[in-house]
Amino acid sequence: MIRLDHVTKTYPKASRPSLDDVSVGIEKGDFVFFIGPSGSGKSTIVKLLLREISPNRGKVNVNGKEISSMRSWKIPHFRRSIGCVFQDFRLLPNKTAYENVAFAIEVIGKSKAVARRVVPEVLELVGLGGKEHRYPHELSGGEQQRVAVARAFVNRPLILLADEPTGNLDPDTSIEIMRLLDRINRTGTTVVMVTHDSNIVNQMRRRVIEIEGGRIVRDQARGVYG
Amino acid sequence: MRAKYVLAEVLVGLWRNVTMTIAMMITMTVSLSMLGASLLMYVQVDKMKTFYYQQVEVSIYLKNDVTPEQRSDLESKLNNDALVETVLYETKEKAYENFKEMFGDAPDMVQSVGPNEMPESFRVKLKDPTQFEAINGEYKELPGVSTIVDQQQLLAKVFDVLGAIQTMSLIVAAVMGVAALLLVANTIQVAAYSKRREVAVMKLVGASNWFIQMPFVLEAVFAAVIGAILAGGLLIVVKLFVLEGSLVALTNLLTPVRWPDVLMMFPVLAGVGGLISAVTAWVTLRFYIRV
Repeated sequence: MIRLDHVTKTYPKASRPSLDDVSVGIEKGDFVFFIGPSGSGKSTIVKLLLREISPNRGKVNVNGKEISSMRSWKIPHFRRSIGCVFQDFRLLPNKTAYENVAFAIEVIGKSKAVARRVVPEVLELVGLGGKEHRYPHELSGGEQQRVAVARAFVNRPLILLADEPTGNLDPDTSIEIMRLLDRINRTGTTVVMVTHDSNIVNQMRRRVIEIEGGRIVRDQARGVYG
Repeated sequence: MRAKYVLAEVLVGLWRNVTMTIAMMITMTVSLSMLGASLLMYVQVDKMKTFYYQQVEVSIYLKNDVTPEQRSDLESKLNNDALVETVLYETKEKAYENFKEMFGDAPDMVQSVGPNEMPESFRVKLKDPTQFEAINGEYKELPGVSTIVDQQQLLAKVFDVLGAIQTMSLIVAAVMGVAALLLVANTIQVAAYSKRREVAVMKLVGASNWFIQMPFVLEAVFAAVIGAILAGGLLIVVKLFVLEGSLVALTNLLTPVRWPDVLMMFPVLAGVGGLISAVTAWVTLRFYIRV
């Protein structure tokens, strides 16, 4: 599903590479944590998987597609197979929960009718039934992140990327978001989560890949934060 | 839904930034009307050139003491000249007739001269009106020839003036055009900035590039088309109230600007303006909305 093959990424003007000869494979349906201190190269992996950047050396293969050499006009279509959640939610403040999720459907060319059918379902799934017409500022942080998860999931991506999704949430709310990601994982969606929240990693007991200084220092099947 | 979405985005975008939109439209209007005026002038000067050059002649005036032999020698030489198309001999009497007709409203002048003061001349039409120098060099030293006058040189001065006006309006059009394009680029930057969150989400969920860029590009095209319509209207006003109003005497002397040509400027200006601002907007977006 996801395969990094001897990937090296050095940002312009950086003295050392953010990722240094990293190779890792993630199977379909996996739930994987990338952990490591700030600046270890975790976020670089997310950007590589989204094809916001491409590696200096090595190959990035996602959903059977070699994306490091993908032509730029093919990137939008490729991104439809990936859902994305961030620490700062990235919701549109002038749109309701429903509109935020529907936006993700409509801008890839699907009709409003599709949105009317699918969006309430997904909002129900993330536990926001009845709050469709609230604006982001009328929702709690946890609820906003649920809207973001709904938006990431509404187009049924094969992979869900979560970049520190609990970074702005308190421990209890974080656990709820993790339950939600776990439920999405059970539908067969591969979940890749970047975090440095040790509590969550220790509770979930899923595969843990630890990165330090741009290299993988640990890859454990049912790991803890350590 | 797409068309409706895009149209709504365009109108909201233009309205959100309305002062900039108006500035953009005004500069577009001025630039495009100057362009339209100089295009019309170009067509006009071209038509006038063919019209007048068909009629221009070289006049070879003869001396008062010219002998009949000199005259007939000249005539046969002209008739056999490869550069010459037709030769017409104008007697003193005919020249006087023409003179009387031309200065009919100045009887004093007509009375002060008689046929004898008028020079006789050969009116020569050249196959190629630009070959005056060859004729001049060959005939001006011949016995009996007084002076040789090229009407085309007189006309050339008129066309020089028209050409200068045309060049000037083209320069104004270009300068205003640059200002208009900078305003388009700026407007698009502001629009892209005010919608940066939406754009970020669209890129994240995989909206195609044309879908993201279309509303911005159409905003610029829309402003250009409005500008073109206003510019066309301006040209019509100029034709109605200036060319056919205060400057009607001049207009009658020159060949008139035809309505179909003026109306043709609407699609031409809209096309030129729309295309150029669409390209400008698109190029601006390439820098501001990176994949």
